[in-house]
Amino acid sequence: MMTRKELDLWVGIFAVIGIGAMLFLSLKVANLASFSAADSYQIIAKFDNIGGLKVRAPVKSAGVVVGRVGDIRFDNESFEAVVALNIDGRYQFPKDSSAKILTSGLLGEQYIGLSPGGDSVSLKSGDTLKLTQSAVVLENLIGQFLYNKAAEGDGKK
Amino acid sequence: MTGRIAELLRALGARIVNNWIWRLGFACRFLWFTLKESGASFRRFHLTIREIYFTGVLSLIIILVSGLFVGMVLGLQGYDTLVRYGSSEALGVLVSLSLVRELGPVVAGLLFASRAGSAITAEIGLMKATEQLSAMEMMAVDPIARVVAPRFWAGVISMPLLAALFSAMGVFGGYLVGVRLIGVDEGSFWSQMQAAVDFREDVLNGVIKSLVFGVAVTWIAVYEGYDAPPTAEGVSGATTRTVVTSSLAILALDFVLTALMFRGH
Repeated sequence: MMTRKELDLWVGIFAVIGIGAMLFLSLKVANLASFSAADSYQIIAKFDNIGGLKVRAPVKSAGVVVGRVGDIRFDNESFEAVVALNIDGRYQFPKDSSAKILTSGLLGEQYIGLSPGGDSVSLKSGDTLKLTQSAVVLENLIGQFLYNKAAEGDGKK
Repeated sequence: MTGRIAELLRALGARIVNNWIWRLGFACRFLWFTLKESGASFRRFHLTIREIYFTGVLSLIIILVSGLFVGMVLGLQGYDTLVRYGSSEALGVLVSLSLVRELGPVVAGLLFASRAGSAITAEIGLMKATEQLSAMEMMAVDPIARVVAPRFWAGVISMPLLAALFSAMGVFGGYLVGVRLIGVDEGSFWSQMQAAVDFREDVLNGVIKSLVFGVAVTWIAVYEGYDAPPTAEGVSGATTRTVVTSSLAILALDFVLTALMFRGH
């Protein structure tokens, strides 16, 4: 039979590696440490159409992740999508920056691209972006293409 | 003729009431008593530590080894499928998500049920058959507080740790096969995994799942042991029932929990 000290030691080792495994899963696998919402500020962007954008989608500027989509709502007065962007507090953007919804790869997930403007005043928490560009909806694109083709055909006649 | 049908229906009803509903009610009352009497297992924590050693520490080998192999198989199979779509870098996402969300809690729970649950049932059943539980009652020691509650809490504490170890070992196995053996790019293996796995959505929900499985498995195990007929046959039957019932409970609960957690937004 084992003594109580040995039992305590083994159970202690078990608890430590178990908690270590949980830490590994949260830090290395889920990458909890890299972006915390603690020091971020929120800006608002309104889009006519957000396509397949989802909450927690990345916000990128020059290809670098600078924040995440915090919330998506529908404004019942202007009939627009209101997207709240949580931007990492380390990064400041000019007040006339613009946001557009982009797709990574041909069929990849959608993210928000933030293009900095030239204003000397930086965006503050709660500001609304003036310039936005909606997501490209494939059906609209094909529809427009067909319409243009048809118009060309008419012109030749 | 109608009399015969009524007879059959009555027999069916009696069977359901006696075998299932009565037992379920008794199991719930038993759980309530266990929770009520569990003060001693925390005040005299060395009782629980002893049981954690038997349920948790001794299950480590089987959990770690099977986690490693499950992860390595996921790496091989996943690579085989993903490479057809030219996205073999997503291997890390596939391995980690399937482990953290599903396979970690479920397979660790099944292994835990057959490794530790059956041992708990056999131990308590034999204590009952050899009248050790009655002897405790004679000495004014409550067997639920002294025998059942520490085993219950030890299972509830061990199970999430074992599931996390299983998932971590599996991710490591997937890394070994994917990156070291096949040669998937190491940077994108980890970065795509980190981009796709969410702490609250995936990791925390996996921990909640394993906690629920831990409660279910140890509850079934201590109940079956306590309820076992005090014969050799009775104990062996109870052990079998523990493994079968808790495996079914894990799979059914997994479906319910998955439906509640991952419905998409």
